[in-house]
Amino acid sequence: MGKSLLDKVWAAHTVRELPSGQTQLFIGLHLIHEVTSPQAFQMMREQGLKVLFPERTFATVDHIIPTDTRRRPYADEQAEGMMSAIERNCHEFGIRFFNAGSGEQGIVHVLGPELGLTQPGMTIACGDSHTSTHGAFGAVAFGIGTSQVRDLLASQCLAIQRPKVRRITIDGALGPGVYAKDVILHIIRRLGVKGGVGYAYEYGGPVLERMSMEARMTVCNMSVEGGARLGYVNPDATTFEYVRGRPFAPAGEDFEAAVAWWRSMASDADASYDDIVRLDGAGIAPTVTWGTNPGQAIGVDERMPPPEAFAADERAVTEDAYAHMDLKPGTPIRGTRVDVAFIGSCTNGRLSDLREAARVARLGHVAPHVKALVVPGSEAVARAAEAEGLDQIFRHAGFEWRLPGCSMCLAMNPDKLVGRQVCASSSNRNFKGRQGSPSGRTLLMSPAMVAAAAIEGAVTDVREMLGD
Amino acid sequence: MSELIHIRQVKGRPIPLRGNDIDTDRIIPARFMKAVTFDGLGRYVFVDVRFDAEGRSQGHVMDDPRFEAKGPRIALVNKNFGCGSSREHAPQALLRWGIKALLGESFADIFFGNCLTLGMPCVSAREADVLALMAAVEEDPAHDLTVDVEARTATYRGTTYPVTLPASARSQLLEGTWDATRILLQAEQQVRQTAARLPYLSRFTR
Repeated sequence: MGKSLLDKVWAAHTVRELPSGQTQLFIGLHLIHEVTSPQAFQMMREQGLKVLFPERTFATVDHIIPTDTRRRPYADEQAEGMMSAIERNCHEFGIRFFNAGSGEQGIVHVLGPELGLTQPGMTIACGDSHTSTHGAFGAVAFGIGTSQVRDLLASQCLAIQRPKVRRITIDGALGPGVYAKDVILHIIRRLGVKGGVGYAYEYGGPVLERMSMEARMTVCNMSVEGGARLGYVNPDATTFEYVRGRPFAPAGEDFEAAVAWWRSMASDADASYDDIVRLDGAGIAPTVTWGTNPGQAIGVDERMPPPEAFAADERAVTEDAYAHMDLKPGTPIRGTRVDVAFIGSCTNGRLSDLREAARVARLGHVAPHVKALVVPGSEAVARAAEAEGLDQIFRHAGFEWRLPGCSMCLAMNPDKLVGRQVCASSSNRNFKGRQGSPSGRTLLMSPAMVAAAAIEGAVTDVREMLGD
Repeated sequence: MSELIHIRQVKGRPIPLRGNDIDTDRIIPARFMKAVTFDGLGRYVFVDVRFDAEGRSQGHVMDDPRFEAKGPRIALVNKNFGCGSSREHAPQALLRWGIKALLGESFADIFFGNCLTLGMPCVSAREADVLALMAAVEEDPAHDLTVDVEARTATYRGTTYPVTLPASARSQLLEGTWDATRILLQAEQQVRQTAARLPYLSRFTR
């Protein structure tokens, strides 16, 4: 029986089996940001610990930074305090920091790949659940808590239980106007928000094979929304071409040696899995969430399901979601009025996302009652988008073009919903209160669908707008 | 580093926190994470569920005088508790409110791991047992619940229920190695050998 990528990467990074039965796993790349690291550095100081491999940790700032101005000190004193803390901590502990304005700052899961830090066959951890994004490269990448950030700084290792592996094959091909975001929302809808607990998701099949790296990142990013702490795609020619030439990627002869090793880490054709799921790509429509978890999603042409359609123990969650959203079962999601449109986040804040949204933005103007924001995922994404004139397209269409950061995905900066506002969002979580207002409401969808909703002022089918 | 603390049993007043898929944004909204310490988080646990925009109590179980108690508390939860964000602020907020252990139907992976590193056992029980226990506590909350990690049981008012937790987590709690720093640091030479074997750190590094 062959081995999966998870088997191989796990074996290569195993330092030892611990007496508890957990693995002491070596982590090849550690990424940190300002929100979940300051307490870890404080613990390091209190416990007299040193960073074992300072050259394997990289830092940036993304969660709290304002997207309208970079002027220091920030108006928000708490944000300024967190910013000063990460600057001080990186300086004191000798960690490379991609600061705002350096040209390299960005959302940690956008920055790692674009700098070539993220590579196939690596183990990657970060105090952020969307670290699963990096799995798109065939890395074993997952989120950790702050005490584990401390462990990782001190030992470059984590004590962790090996997950099971579920292979998810998406057959066929996606229709026009259907994107990676729709694929992952569809997967979570089918397997549930807790279907992946205890599993790593291996995504494959024709749909994934044809996807760009940025699309694969979108799929892997939301693995955690399906309960899987990590998700990955086996590395292939698309992966290698993406990595080639990036600042931290191996170069010259080293690159060829690296490709040979990366190839060898992919799952064997006869790999064994703990579970296998097959889904049909042709059956996936532009998908929109109607509830308060990412599994509560339907195709844009469907009606919202009645609570009776769910298992008995899911009904309370379903009814609670309808009450919060103030939406009615049995009615179409299409036509739901939106007040805010947000394009960005580690899920969908990359250049290809902005291009697809701009294709739609070209076709009209943001509805008068809608506030629409475009927040690039990194300074590099912003530069590339501006070089193509995407910022101008968005501005002409009535969108605000902002500076890079996490922004309204979790509203730790000034970008927040107000009151009961409804937001069409390209982010990853529609949890109650997620976008900064406890009573605010979030509809997750692809960036193109968000742009379409911004123009229409309501949820609409981007396929019709694009005339496909 | 601190002394090894063996966690064999947690005893305290239970508090039922009903609902499936309770995410960590619910437990502690992101706006309370704008701080460089975990201090004071206990005040904000479930704040948007407990209070409306004007700060009026919504009659949440955490503010219900019937469920008030001193000393350690044990949360009773349903399925997939702690899903979503990896924020350790969630277990830290629960811990600082007084929760020393959780008993539920199931837990999200990252949340479970974060609780473990803080020495907070998350034990699972069958759906019917969790529901029975919740009902028993809601009827008469004024008794201690005992979660026995060693025996893998939970006992309330004379009724004992079987509970489960992964063998590795149980071993870490019993042996006092749930704070992994010390054990991870014991193998520095092996760590360096592992790094030296990885081609991306030795052969084609940049």
